[in-house]
Amino acid sequence: MSDPTSRPVPFRGGGFAHRPVKGAAVFVFLFLLLAWEWGTRTGVISNIALPAPSEVVTALSDLIETGMLWKHWSTSMWRLLGGWTSGTMAGIAVGVIIGLWSLPRSGLYPLVSALFPIPKIALLPLFVVWFGIGEGSKLATIAFGTFFPTVIATIGGVDAVDRNLIRMAQAFNIPYTRIVRDVILPGAMPAILSGMRISASIAMVLLVAAEMIGAEFGVGAYILMAGALFAIDQLIAGVVILSVTGLSVAWVIGQVEKRLLAWRS
Amino acid sequence: MQLALEAVSHQYGQLEVLSNVDLQVMEGEIVCVVGPSGCGKSTLLRLAGGLEQPSQGDVLLKGESAPGVLNPLTYVFQDFALLPWRTVSENIELVLDHHQLTQSEKSDIVADVLLRTNLSDFKGAWPRQLSGGMRQRVGIARALAVRPEIWLMDEPLSALDSQTRELLMDDLVELWTRTPFSALYVTHNLAEATRLGHKIVLLTGRPGCVRSVTNIDIPLNERAASGAALEDIRQDIWEQMREQAARADREMRHV
Repeated sequence: MSDPTSRPVPFRGGGFAHRPVKGAAVFVFLFLLLAWEWGTRTGVISNIALPAPSEVVTALSDLIETGMLWKHWSTSMWRLLGGWTSGTMAGIAVGVIIGLWSLPRSGLYPLVSALFPIPKIALLPLFVVWFGIGEGSKLATIAFGTFFPTVIATIGGVDAVDRNLIRMAQAFNIPYTRIVRDVILPGAMPAILSGMRISASIAMVLLVAAEMIGAEFGVGAYILMAGALFAIDQLIAGVVILSVTGLSVAWVIGQVEKRLLAWRS
Repeated sequence: MQLALEAVSHQYGQLEVLSNVDLQVMEGEIVCVVGPSGCGKSTLLRLAGGLEQPSQGDVLLKGESAPGVLNPLTYVFQDFALLPWRTVSENIELVLDHHQLTQSEKSDIVADVLLRTNLSDFKGAWPRQLSGGMRQRVGIARALAVRPEIWLMDEPLSALDSQTRELLMDDLVELWTRTPFSALYVTHNLAEATRLGHKIVLLTGRPGCVRSVTNIDIPLNERAASGAALEDIRQDIWEQMREQAARADREMRHV
């Protein structure tokens, strides 16, 4: 063992592996807030351009006290839920139909592919003409915007279902509708859920855009109004509400995924 | 019930994969089909189970169906084909759900087949939690649940390591010894074929046609102990296969 030429094999496998660092995110968040507060108080940051976080908090608590937070937020949530639900449900249905049958696939897939890349905000004025300045145009924009990504995700999910599983089901004489229900839909579910994640964030964007045209209430309308009045503290309060709402929506979808996709690990 | 392939030929476009194959599976008989890769073994099995239709020739069932059979021709797949989002018992229920059975009849069948495949402790497990051998046991349990008359086994042990393969072969021999079943068993593994087959059908390379049929008279449950006699049969079949297998190995893939 005392061979002078013997030496350990150099270790080369390190790096490229992540480990969670506790508290790092909280630290960054607090640091930015404190720096921001300090900057505005000392005048490094102009109070006109950016009010202090404490002023934003005041604006938020005003919103809560007057009950306007609930008014704006609930109005927005109804639009978001209504538009997103109808858009994704229709999207899943059409996606499954295109995924399953040759005729709809040949006939509709090119159409969907052509409409998918249009930024739906561009259609907002058109929807205002079609569905009126009220709720109709807002719901239609969100529904239309979430419909296409859902269709594309669902088709992908249906296509990705293992053909061997379908052949297995056929070999056991399982009827067509049951194969769709018990094999194809659950197999497409991971793709459908990740499509929902994407369509939920698209819905948020479209919600705010739609509320900037002819809306009295809603977080988007609130932000627009605050901007028009140069009330930057209220404007940022509105952005905070949107951020928290977006995080909550993502969390809810995460919980649904956890439940529905427990089989994946 | 018997399964008979009569003068079956099959083409995929220009490519002839099977040519004039005659084959019979008698009641209670395991027929192993061996041959070099690309000789149409898997196609043969798909034709036998009605998942594809032969270009020429007939695939026939002969004789009366026994009562209580839910799915006369039942596959066991090489890749197990378990639904990953269903637990072990749910995977078995899947193939019972569309039959006219009460919930208690279904539960009885599931409990019975899990017991026969030693899976009772795993009924709530997800497929991903099981080893390859256990997954194929689920595949076998699922096949048992529909009380097949003829098993169609598509390289059922090929995805498993050799120790697990030995264990599952023992399981299959035990299942057959308790209640003899008929099977068409496709494999490229001669050890499996000589261990489980009453009859070994050797196919030649593409297009596949029957080169030879070897009958083995040693009872299944005595084969583990009769190594030498089986080794001779194995050698004999391997000699017949060798040249074809070498040619198949050098061939470019067309599919």
